[in-house]
Amino acid sequence: MRTRALEWLLGGLLCWHAGAAALTAQDIQPLAGDDYAAKEEAVGRLVADADPRAAVLLQALADGDAAAGEAGRIIVGSRDGSVDAVTGEPVGEREAAAAEPIMLNNRLRGLVERGLAAARLSAPDPVMRRAAADALLANPDARFQPLVERARAREADAEIKSRLDALWAMAALRDPDPEVRLAAVGLVAARRQPELRDLLRPLAEPAAAGGQGEPDPRVRAAARAGIASLDRLQWWGDLAATLFSGLSLGSVLLLAALGLAITYGLIGVINMAHGEFLMLGAYATYVVQQAVQRHAPALFDWYPLLSVPASFAVAALAGLALERLVLRHLYGRPLETLLTTFGVSLLMIQAVRMTFGAQNVQVSNPDWMTGGIALLPNLVLPYNRLIILAFSLAVVALAWAVLNRTRLGLFVRAVTQNRDMAACVGVRTGKVDSYAFAFGAGIAGLGGCALAQIGNVGPDLGQGYIIDSFMAVVLGGVGQLAGTIVGALGLGMASKLIEPFWGAVLAKIAVLVLIVLFIQKRPQGMFALKGRSAEA
Amino acid sequence: MAAVIAPAGEPSAPRFSLGLPERPALLGRRAWIALAVLVVAVGAGAPLCALVLPESHPLHLSAYGMTLAGKLMCYAIAALALDLVWGYCGILSLGHGLFFALGGYAMGMYLMRGIGRDGNYQSDLPDFMVFLNWKELPWFWHGTEHFAYALLLVVLVPAAVAWVFGYFAFRSRVKGVYLSIITQAMTFAAMLLFYRNETGFGGNNGFTDFKRILGFGITQPETRTALFLATFAALVLAFLLARAVTTSKLGRVATGIRDAESRLMFLGYSPLGYKLFVWTLSAVLCGVAGALYVPQVGIINPSEMAPVNSIEMAIWVAVGGRGTLIGPIVGAFAVNGAKSVFTTHFAEYWLFFLGAIFVLVPLCLPRGIAGLFQRGRAM
Amino acid sequence: MKGMHKLEIVHDGQAGPNASGSVTGLGHVARAGEIDVSHGTILYLDAVTVSFDGFKALNGLTLSVDQGELRCVIGPNGAGKTTMMDVVTGKTRPTTGKVFLGQTLDLARMDEPAIARAGIGRKFQKPTVFSHHPVWENLELAMNTRKDWWAALRARFDRPAQRRVEEVLSMLHLESEAYRLAGDLSHGQKQRLEIGMLLMQQPRLLLLDEPVAGMTDHETMELAGLLARLKGSCSIVVVEHDMDFVAELAGDTGRVTVMAEGSVLADGTLAAVRANEAVIESYLGR
Repeated sequence: MRTRALEWLLGGLLCWHAGAAALTAQDIQPLAGDDYAAKEEAVGRLVADADPRAAVLLQALADGDAAAGEAGRIIVGSRDGSVDAVTGEPVGEREAAAAEPIMLNNRLRGLVERGLAAARLSAPDPVMRRAAADALLANPDARFQPLVERARAREADAEIKSRLDALWAMAALRDPDPEVRLAAVGLVAARRQPELRDLLRPLAEPAAAGGQGEPDPRVRAAARAGIASLDRLQWWGDLAATLFSGLSLGSVLLLAALGLAITYGLIGVINMAHGEFLMLGAYATYVVQQAVQRHAPALFDWYPLLSVPASFAVAALAGLALERLVLRHLYGRPLETLLTTFGVSLLMIQAVRMTFGAQNVQVSNPDWMTGGIALLPNLVLPYNRLIILAFSLAVVALAWAVLNRTRLGLFVRAVTQNRDMAACVGVRTGKVDSYAFAFGAGIAGLGGCALAQIGNVGPDLGQGYIIDSFMAVVLGGVGQLAGTIVGALGLGMASKLIEPFWGAVLAKIAVLVLIVLFIQKRPQGMFALKGRSAEA
Repeated sequence: MAAVIAPAGEPSAPRFSLGLPERPALLGRRAWIALAVLVVAVGAGAPLCALVLPESHPLHLSAYGMTLAGKLMCYAIAALALDLVWGYCGILSLGHGLFFALGGYAMGMYLMRGIGRDGNYQSDLPDFMVFLNWKELPWFWHGTEHFAYALLLVVLVPAAVAWVFGYFAFRSRVKGVYLSIITQAMTFAAMLLFYRNETGFGGNNGFTDFKRILGFGITQPETRTALFLATFAALVLAFLLARAVTTSKLGRVATGIRDAESRLMFLGYSPLGYKLFVWTLSAVLCGVAGALYVPQVGIINPSEMAPVNSIEMAIWVAVGGRGTLIGPIVGAFAVNGAKSVFTTHFAEYWLFFLGAIFVLVPLCLPRGIAGLFQRGRAM
Repeated sequence: MKGMHKLEIVHDGQAGPNASGSVTGLGHVARAGEIDVSHGTILYLDAVTVSFDGFKALNGLTLSVDQGELRCVIGPNGAGKTTMMDVVTGKTRPTTGKVFLGQTLDLARMDEPAIARAGIGRKFQKPTVFSHHPVWENLELAMNTRKDWWAALRARFDRPAQRRVEEVLSMLHLESEAYRLAGDLSHGQKQRLEIGMLLMQQPRLLLLDEPVAGMTDHETMELAGLLARLKGSCSIVVVEHDMDFVAELAGDTGRVTVMAEGSVLADGTLAAVRANEAVIESYLGR
């Protein structure tokens, strides 16, 4: 009701103040008072006023520099001193100091800011004009339509003009002239923003009693076509977003599963403490962050470069210790190794809990990792996840290089295929076990370093990934890097694809069931080694 | 039309004779006597200490003590069940907590119905259903007000779940660590399912606030004593049943499956039937243990299905000595007893202790406590 | 061989031609005793190929064994002899080709336990006994009775059954080890035990994979005698490298099959095979 009145008032005022108008003290006096409705009216008048002093006062209101002086006059403060808003004459220091600042509520503040933006639509600087247009597009307000029209008529820059067109179109949808409405529908659909569907919806329905709906069939058809194309856009955007988040989850899972695949492929045991290597890597990242913050705060943005080798080293050392002290003595007893490593996992979690506390610790992204690329309005790809994806692939490439291009890798492959024969030709299988296990653990540590940048870091971090990592390894087949990659990424995608339909919990269950059924068909996984040698 | 090897021709030399009984005895004479003494002692002693002796008497069995002992016995039954599949069949299940919880939930449904109108909302429906704005009982709750039906569920539900899972897992010849992890996944998935309110089992609060069982107040000392004795009886019967199975030919074949499954297949045995039998029996025993557990501790919620619970069961068996039946019972008592002591006095260190047990027992004590008493005898 | 009972495998009822009554040629899962040997052939492999990722362990192998025959199979390492046994016992599935027991039992469609129950027994290269079970239990487990779990739960180790075990123990001179854990036996004793388990199975077709490896000369001769007695009521296929043992088994009239590179190289009496150029080239040498 009130907005209607204001519109009418503004419209009326604009018609009346067709040219330059003078700002009067009476107009702005309500600003000093407590009646917010009157304040709103006064601000509305200021917005419509072409007087440059009105603009100055508006800006002062936005900045908080406007105050009520003696006798109800409004004064505007600045660096050089305070002046009267209407006359411009300077105000004494005593009065300025005693003046009460003018209070705005949220609604008023929004109105003031939009008003400023509307005014800037006619600013000389194109950058300012574009910013103003974007600001208004974010919060379209039909009250500024005349200003928009005026700016639109004068605008030369094509980019800004298209924004102004869209801005105009949003209000023009309710224009009495069907040709205008048709043009407006076209312009709105061309914006390619799915959330604008709601604007077009009332125009898709036929006219009904009570004044709703759209009488002209051409406009209706255009509106429906526009809605359909925006729907399609939404669907594609959602799909792309889902696939990306699946890829992102998969890339973290990949790092977790890769280390497990190496250790399981080599030593043939499932290490239940594998998730804890991830956790150690994440906490190492946290420690590095704290250290950098305390000792070299200027270098904070570079701390990830330090945390990568740190996480690798910490996890690798832990892996080495585990292999030397525990696993070596349980050779050939995989079920008991399962239990023992579970115990190690408990010990590690409790130790971390007692050292760092049971709550999550805060690891923040450096500046260059914050933000993201907005491909579509409903599809924002965060930088940190993109970087993690690239990081995972780099680590996989590193692992492949180590396994296929180094001596250690050669020995690891030999021992995996035939341990006894490798020992016979002089390979130190004990050392190979230790180094390879440490390498696998280190990779998991890198996974933890990555996780720290995109998720919470707490003592239970690893627990959420152990089952998924194992599933990825089982799915992909043991002893094959390619299998693990496909398994991990596939699992990530599958989880995320099912999630929107069934929710995260049922998605997890569905994925587990699918894997069990898959193993039914192919017990050796997707890429397993065939033949007599691989009789798992 | 079987072929028969018939010695023909010359008269036989003095024949060597095996001299074995047709079926091995369940227990030796000494063991039977010890068991009998134990049964009498507990059967008479428990009611005496709980109901007759005054509270100030040092031998009085308080409600807390009886509940604790009852809990330990339930865990012992579960450990026994796990030993059947692990110690005798070589299947390390890390998901038996699921069967325990399923039995517990079945009994819990009966107990929830037993609250009647005495709950917070004074409604015929259990409190959590009223809270969720449900207007009537879901279909699977019908009939649970009858004790006999609840008992049937306690046996059939874990059996059905186990049978289906086992059929698919064993038929695809999934073995070893793969199988263990998949059982973990099974219990994890079930836990997630039961956490949802929509599943109809009380969500993350589960069932609690029980009032009565079979008409008797559930917190009365007489009821507690009865439950305690019932649990003890179940433990003894479960033990004897397990002995019967493991000393039969089926038990011997099962150990053959554990040691050399492919050799056994070449002798004509299909492992699937044997594994399914032992696996399903084990699940039923676990379910019964869970059903006895819930009225004594007064609550059941999805955290019973947490993967870590099932792994703890495995360590009870390992500590006691797998493949011995009596070992796991001892192991369950030992570890859970220690847990009780730790969590009351040194709560922070319990996980360290538990982790240490997990690491040290397979390394230093591979045959468990029972192994200390056995020299050279086959598992 | 002193004290050795003369062995006969006696079939009660007619196990001769047309025992099963149906010669449809279609494979079906058997109950014991249903092998159709109306054409005299008990084992028939037809163009069997087994391919592991491109490598052909068996390459179009065609072989048939007659009812009651004692056939020796020799050949260089890698010829596919063990793979042939794997295919017959169901351990490996043929990529192409047919494997039939008698006229009607399609072995490629049966799993290992079913094949074993149909009457095929196999002795492996490495003795595989149940190490944690005593010797008598090993034999009891092998006994030819119902092998399903329900029967096992109710089984009673009655006098007749015990007598069968005792007989085999005597035959193999293992009475003194009857209660010992099989894992504690010597290599040769384990071999004998495994043969005992095979006897308990009462198979119709016996597959022996290098049975005398690691045996003393004395034990080898005993085994040769045992096999000679079994021949006729039980069909036997022996894979061996020990040419003396083969000569003992085959004699003048027994058939010897030479395999190389996955298929049959030569087939005939020992003398014929020894004279065959291709065989000399690839295996026996001059």
